[in-house]
Amino acid sequence: MERRVIFSGRLFPILLLTPQLIVTIVFFFWPAAQALRQSVERQDAFGLSTEFVGAANFAGIFADPAYLASVEVSFVFSVAVAVLALMPSLLLAVMADRVVRGANLYKTLLVLPYAIAPAIAGVLWLFLFNPSFGIVGSLLRRVGIDWNYLLDARQALLLVILAAAWKQIGYNFLFFLAGLQAIPKSLIEAAALDGASASRRFWRIVFPLLAPTSFFLLVVNIVYAFFDTFGVIQNVTQGGPGQATQILVYKVWYDGVAGLDLGGSAAQSVILMAIVIALTAIQFRFVERRVHYG
Amino acid sequence: MAGSGRGAWIPHATLLAGLALVLFPIYVAFVASSLSLGDILAAPMTLAPGPHLFANFREALVSGTLGTSGQGVARMMANSLVMAMLIAIGKIVISLPSAYAVVFFRFPLRRLCFWAIFVTLMLPVEVRIIPTYKVAADLKLIDTHAGLVLPLVASATATLLFRQFFLTIPDELAEAAKLDGAGPWRFFIWIVIPLSRTNIAALFVILFIYGWNQYLWPLLVTDSPGMTTIVIGIRQMIGTGDAQTAWPLVMATALLAILPPVVVMLTMQRWFVAGLIEPEK
Repeated sequence: MERRVIFSGRLFPILLLTPQLIVTIVFFFWPAAQALRQSVERQDAFGLSTEFVGAANFAGIFADPAYLASVEVSFVFSVAVAVLALMPSLLLAVMADRVVRGANLYKTLLVLPYAIAPAIAGVLWLFLFNPSFGIVGSLLRRVGIDWNYLLDARQALLLVILAAAWKQIGYNFLFFLAGLQAIPKSLIEAAALDGASASRRFWRIVFPLLAPTSFFLLVVNIVYAFFDTFGVIQNVTQGGPGQATQILVYKVWYDGVAGLDLGGSAAQSVILMAIVIALTAIQFRFVERRVHYG
Repeated sequence: MAGSGRGAWIPHATLLAGLALVLFPIYVAFVASSLSLGDILAAPMTLAPGPHLFANFREALVSGTLGTSGQGVARMMANSLVMAMLIAIGKIVISLPSAYAVVFFRFPLRRLCFWAIFVTLMLPVEVRIIPTYKVAADLKLIDTHAGLVLPLVASATATLLFRQFFLTIPDELAEAAKLDGAGPWRFFIWIVIPLSRTNIAALFVILFIYGWNQYLWPLLVTDSPGMTTIVIGIRQMIGTGDAQTAWPLVMATALLAILPPVVVMLTMQRWFVAGLIEPEK
C-alpha cells in the first residue's frame, strides 16, 4: 500500500530517518558484521593476533558434544515451553469467551504474568520449588518424590520450563481470546441449530478458524523460549546441574563472557541469527497469508 | 448456549483454577514478604500473611541485603525506572519521524532505508551480544546510560506500527494541510502526532514493560552498583539460594520488581490490549 498525497523534498526525510539509521548501523549492522567476521577468525590466548580460519569455528562447534547437547536442550525446552504455555491459555480463553459475569476481572488478572520479567518469574518459581523449604518442593519430598532440582537434571529442566511457560500464559490468553471473539457467532449458532454438540462445534468450527492465531502464537512462543528466557535460566539453575539447562543463548553468553572464546561465541551468534531469520521468515510468510485470506 | 443451562459453572470453575495457577506464585511471594526468615525455613511455610510486611519492605527498600553491599532496592528501582523510560520514550521518539519519512515522502533509497530498519527484527540483542558489547566498549559507553539504552532503542516494531497507522491517515487531510500552506514539519507536529495519541500510549505500555524487564544486556553493560537495576539486583540477593539467603527481603524485592510494570499495564489496559493485538491483525 502506498500513499497518493506526499510531500516533496529529499533532505528532510533523510534527516527524519537519521537518528534511527545511526543507531541501527552502529548497534545492529556493525556488531552483526563483527560476529560474521569473528566467526571465521581465531584469536590467540592473549588477543594479540588473529588469523583467518574459515569454517573451522563452525566445524569445532558442531563437533563439540557440549554444543550438540545445548541444541538438544534448547529444542526440548522451547517445544515444551510453547506447548505448556499455549494449551492452558487456549482452554482459559475458550472459557472466558463463554462467561459474561466477571469477564473483565478474569481477563485483567490472567494477563498479569505478561508484565513480569522472566528473571523475576524464575525467582518466584525457584522459591516455590526449593527442595528444603519451598511450599511445593517440600510437599513433593513429603509425598516421597526425591525432589532436588539442584542435583537432578530432568527436574531442573522441568522447573525452568514451568517458570518460562507460566510467564507467557497472559500473552497467549489475550491473543486466543481476541481470535475467538473475531469468529462470527452466527456460524456457531447455526451449527448448534443443526444439532452439533459443544465439543463438535469447537473441533469442527472454532479450532480451524483459530488455526492462524495458534500458528502465529506457536512461532512467537518458540522465539520467546529461545531468546527471552536467559533471565529464567540464570536465576533458577545457571545452566546447571552440569549443562542440563544450558540453552543456546545461555551458552553464547557463557562461552563469550566466562569462557572468553570469541571465535566460538561469534560462530554461535551467527547460528542463532540464522535461527531468528528462519523463524521471522516463517512468521511473515504466514502473516501475509492471513492478510490475503482474512 | 453461552452461560445458560446445565454446565454453566464449568467456565467459571476452569477460569478460577486458571487464576489460582497464575496468582499462586505471586501470592506466596506476598506471604513470604510478610514473614520472618525463621517462619519460611520452618517448612511447610504458612499461607497466612504474617506481621513483618512493612518492616521487610522498608528494609529491602532502604538497605538491601548483604549481597547488594548495603545498596537499597529503592535505588535499583530508580535505575530501572530511568532505563525503562529512556527505552520507551527513546524508541517512540526515533520511530515516529522515521515512519513519517517512509510513508509521506518519496526519495532515493527510501526502500533501502525501510528494509534496513525492517531487518533489525531479525537481530535481537541476545544474538549479537558479544560484538555489541565490543562496540559499546570501543565507544566508551560501558556503565553509562547511553550504553545501557542505545543498543535497545532501535527496533523495527515501533516503526512498523507507526507506519501501518500513518498509511490509514486519509489523503484529504494531507491535501487540506498542503492547501493551507502547512509544510511537512507542521503537518507532522500538529496533525500526525496528535492523531497517533492512542498508538503512542499503547506502544508506551508495551515498551515500558520491555524496558523494565531487560536482563541480559544490562547484566553485561553495567558493573557499578549505582547502575544496577532491580531485575539484575535480585540475583545478588539470592546468592547460592540456600538458607543463608534473606528470603523475606528477596520476595519483597520480587514484588517491587513486578509492581511498576503491572501498574502501568493496568492503568493503561484499554490502549495496551488494542496496541498488542492490532498490529498482528
